[in-house]
Amino acid sequence: MSQIETIVPARKAKPREQLYAKREPVFNKRIDGPFRRFKWLVMAVTLAIYYVTPWLRWDRGAYAPDQAVLIDLAHRRFYMFGIEIWPHEFYFVAGLLIMAGIGLFIVTSAVGRAWCGYACPQTVWTDLFQHVDRFIDGDRNARMRLHKAPWGPAKIARRTVKWAIYLAISFVTGGAWILYFADAPSLFRAFFAGDAPAVAYGTVAVLTFTTFWLGGFMREQVCVYMCPWPRIQTAMLDEKSLIVTYKQWRGEPRGSVKQAEKNPLAFGDCIDCNQCVAVCPTGIDIREGAQIGCITCALCIDACDRVMKQIGRPRGLIDYATLEDCEREAAGQPARPVWKALLHARTLIYLGVWGAIGFALLFALGTRARIDISVAQDRNPPFMMMSDGSVRNGYTIKLRNMQSRPRVMEIAMEGLPGASMWTDEMPRSAAARKIRRTLAADTVENLRTYVIAPPGAAARDFTFHLRTLDEEREEDSSEAHFDAPEATP
Amino acid sequence: MANKRVDEPTGVETVGHEWDGIEELNNPLPRWWLWTFYATIVFAVGYCVAYPAWPLVEKGTEGVLGWTSRGQLAKEIQAENSRKAPLLAALSQIPVERLPQNGANMRAAIAGGQAAFKVNCVQCHGSGAAGFKGYPNLNDDDWLWGGDLKAIEYTITHGIRQPGDKQTRFSLMPAFGRDGLLTGPQIQDVVSHVRTLSRLEKPSASSRRGAAIFAEQCASCHGVDGKGSREFGAPDLADAIWLYGGDRATLTETLTNSRQGVMPAWGQRLDPVTIKMLAAYVHSLGGGEAFVEPAAATADAAAAPAGQANEPD
Ligand code: SF4
Ligand code: SF4
Repeated sequence: MSQIETIVPARKAKPREQLYAKREPVFNKRIDGPFRRFKWLVMAVTLAIYYVTPWLRWDRGAYAPDQAVLIDLAHRRFYMFGIEIWPHEFYFVAGLLIMAGIGLFIVTSAVGRAWCGYACPQTVWTDLFQHVDRFIDGDRNARMRLHKAPWGPAKIARRTVKWAIYLAISFVTGGAWILYFADAPSLFRAFFAGDAPAVAYGTVAVLTFTTFWLGGFMREQVCVYMCPWPRIQTAMLDEKSLIVTYKQWRGEPRGSVKQAEKNPLAFGDCIDCNQCVAVCPTGIDIREGAQIGCITCALCIDACDRVMKQIGRPRGLIDYATLEDCEREAAGQPARPVWKALLHARTLIYLGVWGAIGFALLFALGTRARIDISVAQDRNPPFMMMSDGSVRNGYTIKLRNMQSRPRVMEIAMEGLPGASMWTDEMPRSAAARKIRRTLAADTVENLRTYVIAPPGAAARDFTFHLRTLDEEREEDSSEAHFDAPEATP
Repeated sequence: MANKRVDEPTGVETVGHEWDGIEELNNPLPRWWLWTFYATIVFAVGYCVAYPAWPLVEKGTEGVLGWTSRGQLAKEIQAENSRKAPLLAALSQIPVERLPQNGANMRAAIAGGQAAFKVNCVQCHGSGAAGFKGYPNLNDDDWLWGGDLKAIEYTITHGIRQPGDKQTRFSLMPAFGRDGLLTGPQIQDVVSHVRTLSRLEKPSASSRRGAAIFAEQCASCHGVDGKGSREFGAPDLADAIWLYGGDRATLTETLTNSRQGVMPAWGQRLDPVTIKMLAAYVHSLGGGEAFVEPAAATADAAAAPAGQANEPD
């Protein structure tokens, strides 16, 4: 034991008594390149989708809201362009969520953590805020200088302006969120007129604060300490997955341009210029190997490719590659094209499952009925003897008209000869085997219904059949059970 | 923890535990994490001061805000009561038989009645109001004293044979056997006749003898055809529904000793609005009858107190 304790590391510079580690701020450098341009594109598209979607209109006629995407919690409806989802059809939403999950698996198995690097909201907004930093304070070196500078009027002014812009972005972000849950134009007006519901103001306040805080200040710490996904992803990656890799066999040992010129054989391609570190939005050094802080944004590839071009060496010292390919290349074999890595078995299996769920959902969507009947029998008591010896059962019939127009419907009993039914809104004398109702647009109605069978009726199953009396002739039916006393011998 | 050591590549001390060859470095926490942690501690202390938190021997600490779950409940009940006040005021104005004319009021009354039924009535009538032997089933269409809203409200208010309530529903069937009004064989004959009335038995010599006795002793209340009389609360003996049972043994017992079921007069315990709501609920169970205006509603008939045909004196 004492033997081990005597190993005193050389790098033990400062005393380790501190309880906490101060965050090392990240001042990532501006870079241009194909990946950066792609990142711009994804950012523009995702932000546009987020901010613009609630303002799209979609004409659904007089009985339903005209907002293209609307999560109407109060009326428990979910509108998405031509699709309207009722609470009992929530499996569509569940299916979409499963597809989103599997979609994440596909992306991960094909291109590693590309979701994290490009499309994750935390990344998108962090990127946005970093552009604000750059816009107000200048690029990496200027920002570093300002960070170190003592507080003075100039620094205070810059910080105030920057945080004000942060706050404005955050407010717009939080504000856009609530527009998904109510008619956007009227909520927008009500919000600024001061008569939106309290929950709207609360939601905007919370989301403004979290955007401000997570995007403006927490940044990469969200990815490293808070987000569970990198941990799961780590488990999903293997030697066949594409990740951003520094090709150690090619780069090491590092040496400056001068050193390398003097002694070309002793040094690898990396000239230790630190550009890859400077551009990294999470502030890590990819040359230390794959690590949880890397969101696979590939900005370091852009940076290093530039350097390689300048010093006249082939690009791709840092590159998207699979571990397998790296080993192959290190052993002197030619590199495989990248697309081959995308098509490995796991990716294809995920893709198959994803597609199957997608087709199933589309099929269900295309064939689903827009009316519905479901019947619950009263259980307490299960049946009732009437004074003339006939037997009565009670049911609660739930009718749904899921179209945005009123529809005339007919409920008919099938089976149970001699029986008739009436609802608690009809006189018993009007009992019949068919009853007709007009169901208002987009409604659920609960009908208390009594079914009466002549004396001596036996317990048996029967059916309530529902059909619409319009051109569409939609139909649905629900099995029900009729209870009766045990037949007396 | 003798296994603590310094990890060579990083120069960081390990925490001293090992799992399957994996060791954890004793890296410091991020500052924001630590401050969040401290904030939760401060919150917890503040919470313990402000709210009841620590159990002591007699009772717990009370908290400087004076909040109690009981107090909160009382507040919520009060809020609920004041929310319901206008509805209850409206219900107290409407005569029970007029309730169905306003669907919203009727539905509110039924809902309120259901709640009151669960508290006060299920002990005898069962949670589904299907009753038990001797406790009427309220779902069917057989009513001893009438099944319209007004009759039901009256029954609930004054009860059945409730001592101390002058207006209570009251009927008296003689204990034919115990009091020696009929002999054993005679009772058996009447039983036979009653069972033929509801087609449980085929006519026989016994039932024909019983018919004669019935006409003499029973028809005054139950009617010649045994169809009963709501005026006297006399059950319909020709239908399929039996309060105590229609088998020979039960009927013999009924004839011998009579039946004197009692229902409390809820007017002594519940307020009129609750009773009105109970009546609406019972009426809604499936057997409720339409209220028919008395045909000759002359001035003095309207002025006279209704439904007191069977006041015992
Ligand atoms: S950018 Fe490329 S050359 Fe420069 S330090 Fe990074 S890996 Fe080495
Ligand atoms: S190491 Fe490279 S890919 Fe990873 S986060 Fe930094 S810049 Fe992006």
